[in-house]
Amino acid sequence: MGFRDTPAGAAPSPADPQRDKGQLFTPEIRAAIDRAIAQYPPEWRQSAVMPALTLVQEHNGGWLSRELMDDVAAYLDMPAIAVYEVASFYSMYDLEPVGRHKVCVCNSVSCMLNGSEDLIGHVTDKYGVRPGETTPDGRFTLKEVECLGACRHAPAVLVGKTYHECLTPQALDRLIEDLE
Amino acid sequence: MTDKVTIEIDGRTCEAQPGEMIIAAADREGIVIPRFCYHKKLSIAANCRMCLVEVEQNGRPFPKPLPACATPIAAGMRVQTRSAKALEAQRGTMEFLLINHPLDCPICDQGGECELQDVAMGYGDDLSRYSEGKRVVLDEDLGPLIATDMTRCIHCTRCVRFGAEIAGVRELGATGRGEDMRIGTYVGHTVAHELSGNVIDLCPVGALTAKPSRFQARAWELRTVPGVAPHDALGANIELHVRRGRVIRIHPRDNEAVNETWLADRDRFSYAGLYSDDRLCEPMVKRDGEWHPLPWADALRLAATGLAARAQSDAAAVGLLMSPSATLEEMYLAQKLMRALGVANLDHRLRQQDCRSDAADPALPWLGVPIAEVERQAALLLIGTDLRQEQPLLAHRVRKAALAGASVTLVNPYRLDLTFANRQFVADPAAMLLELAAIAKALGGAAKEAGGAVADLIGMAKANAGHKETAKQLRAAGKQGAGLILLGALAAAHPDYSLLKALAYRIATASGARVGFLPAGANGVGAHLAGLVPHRGPGGAPLAAPGLAAAAMLAAPRRAYLLWGLEPDRDLADPAQAQRALAGAELVVAATSFRTPALEALADILLPIAAFAETSGTFVNAAGTWQGFAGAVVPPGEARPGWKVLRVLGNELGLAGFEQTSSAEVLAELRAAGGEATPDNAPAGDPEAIAPVPAPVSAERPDLWRIGNLPIYAIDPLVRRAPALRHTPLGEGLAVRLHPEEAAARGLADGDAVLVAQGEARATSRVVLDAAVARGCARIPSGVPGSESLGASIAPVTLEKV
Repeated sequence: MGFRDTPAGAAPSPADPQRDKGQLFTPEIRAAIDRAIAQYPPEWRQSAVMPALTLVQEHNGGWLSRELMDDVAAYLDMPAIAVYEVASFYSMYDLEPVGRHKVCVCNSVSCMLNGSEDLIGHVTDKYGVRPGETTPDGRFTLKEVECLGACRHAPAVLVGKTYHECLTPQALDRLIEDLE
Repeated sequence: MTDKVTIEIDGRTCEAQPGEMIIAAADREGIVIPRFCYHKKLSIAANCRMCLVEVEQNGRPFPKPLPACATPIAAGMRVQTRSAKALEAQRGTMEFLLINHPLDCPICDQGGECELQDVAMGYGDDLSRYSEGKRVVLDEDLGPLIATDMTRCIHCTRCVRFGAEIAGVRELGATGRGEDMRIGTYVGHTVAHELSGNVIDLCPVGALTAKPSRFQARAWELRTVPGVAPHDALGANIELHVRRGRVIRIHPRDNEAVNETWLADRDRFSYAGLYSDDRLCEPMVKRDGEWHPLPWADALRLAATGLAARAQSDAAAVGLLMSPSATLEEMYLAQKLMRALGVANLDHRLRQQDCRSDAADPALPWLGVPIAEVERQAALLLIGTDLRQEQPLLAHRVRKAALAGASVTLVNPYRLDLTFANRQFVADPAAMLLELAAIAKALGGAAKEAGGAVADLIGMAKANAGHKETAKQLRAAGKQGAGLILLGALAAAHPDYSLLKALAYRIATASGARVGFLPAGANGVGAHLAGLVPHRGPGGAPLAAPGLAAAAMLAAPRRAYLLWGLEPDRDLADPAQAQRALAGAELVVAATSFRTPALEALADILLPIAAFAETSGTFVNAAGTWQGFAGAVVPPGEARPGWKVLRVLGNELGLAGFEQTSSAEVLAELRAAGGEATPDNAPAGDPEAIAPVPAPVSAERPDLWRIGNLPIYAIDPLVRRAPALRHTPLGEGLAVRLHPEEAAARGLADGDAVLVAQGEARATSRVVLDAAVARGCARIPSGVPGSESLGASIAPVTLEKV
């Protein structure tokens, strides 16, 4: 079980109240984060931490630097460590630079039983990257991720934002070959 | 209050509040349920799963075991903590917890007092079925107080919740997922909080242990002696852990009325100062500039004849300065001895410059409310206090009040970094008076009668929206008897302390709030009870012929001084002036635990006295609670408990009434002499009856004020000698902190070397830009190395670039 935030009455202290929120990110990102914040009660700005991290990560070439996480913390009035907790927990956030594309192979139980380990082994052999590594030409990063929720058509692979299901090593190869 | 319900735990019928957790009711009944993540003072996480129990309600069993820490009690519950099903669940949890836990108990500092070890003895198997590799977690440097061994962590998150809920600063967190989850700061910085050491107690395993006492002793070798913490007016209850006559470490002792279950780092780690190299271990006398040891009998005879001779020729030429952290017994005997000699100049208010309102001040000032009541206040006005540094655990109570919705307003010469919602008026010392006057004005505090400094100030002040809001909150709280105005150490050091007090009383009268004081040292309330002030005897009895206060007897030098438990270059309001006065005196007798260069230069006779933990005695805390303690260890060498030294000194002087054979006898005598009087903050006279003009602030305003705050780890000789505390981020050294705009206006930049001058007194230091400091002020701490040569802590100062 992961860390739980504390109930009301022990609201976390802001990371750095001195920082001017209007100087963080770009106006477009700020507007998008504000739309996410508006979905929650006003005293729970930090509920928007996941959409905010997603937006910031997309804008930053697919990964989150510590500075960006600190900015998100400042923007949402939450302690920096609470943002690190979220960003390090979910596999869709990357905390190191990544390739132009992310090939995310699900390795939870259904996919594993249906051959996802073969997919990973194939990519590793053919492209010389183990899970978590990026090809030398920066084309893609191979990731082994937790359940993608596509068990019915296992094994599943997420490339960018697109799901691909019932994959064989050859089918996955074709997907990778099509990447820029 | 809701009606209680009756439930059954392990066949025992007990009463509980509906909604209360099973584990709390079981704890009250003395039924032990194993647990790691549950802690009575922290929120419920329910993530260790160790406290699984079997529950049925009205005859219907729950299908699975439930965590006792997160299952609310309801009517008709039957709980079994030791049934086959419960034990199986607990064993299963234990097996999982031990999967990754290293089997390194023999080299773990927690061994022998480890909750995991204890529970594993009860529930663990002798063999693990887990044969894969165990995970290893890299350690993080959490600073000089907390040692880490994160591979041992079982992710109970108590330390994380402590940071968020108690400390109010979330620095620790749980990053990563599943097998990769780890507790740390993620960016690896030192944990900077005055209560950080409490995570050591909270950690149920050996992941977080005390660095200064690491590997010094095993738990079963330690003798436990109850004691009282010596560094602030709270008097936190402690346990001293002693091995072979040496204090190895200090833990808190639970006392809901005082420290709850917590302890400030200062009280936990200062014991290291007992073992510093400069302990004074034998009586010494200076002859022709050379120090010579001599037997106690000779030293006491020399001191007695020297003091008696001066007192006989002119009693007004003798003075006693005593640490506010001396024991009640020492204080009582010291004032008794001096007064028997006819000496009236005696004081413990070492850092107070302004004593003009002595006659009007309350006879026995105190906090104004019991400590636990602080968290039930609805509005607090804190005047001149760096609260977290001065009274760390009282700050925690104020934080609890604020989290419960209280409004907290502060008037200070620099902005405090606080962990709760607050309103701060940051102003230079002169303007602090106007800020308070503005609050008084907003309360409708019209001039009682024309004239008078307070009325003038209220006339000058302008109330803005913030003042009005504070006034409104104080009045609303005052109506329900839940308003409190506290004056702290920065107020006491203020050159117009009497005006601050008069304004505080004015605001209190107008709003219905109470006035309280944050006493200096560990025994400030006790000092008043013992009569260690120039104008009052034991029990606060007024004296016909008051003597001089500490500041006055140094401003107008005496022929002879007795110094008790203080360093003249660090513990006095104006060290430059004090050292001049002492250097010019014919005789300086210093009773001290430490032999310092300044004492060697200024004193003629050094008497080694026992330090904290080495003497029995009593401290009276801010709430007026008498807390007695026994000596835990023997003082080094020839050093002796202070009350014994004073008693024999009394005998040596041929005085009557110095025949006590124990500190308890001294205490009984003080009680009989009126020392049991109840503290009361009602002023003894009119606080506003102060000569209006010679107030430095009402005169010409200085160009720049020195704010000589007393950093948390510089407050007394013992804590200054604890190296681990000095190396924390809170271990502040000498610097000149200026607001960036103030620095720019003076052509100074960050890091510039400057000559700090207060009249003749000088020191060099470096500029640090700090936007928290009020304009017109330079925050230059006192009590730290380099500050000895400076003047009064809050006074005009000039800076010159060098």
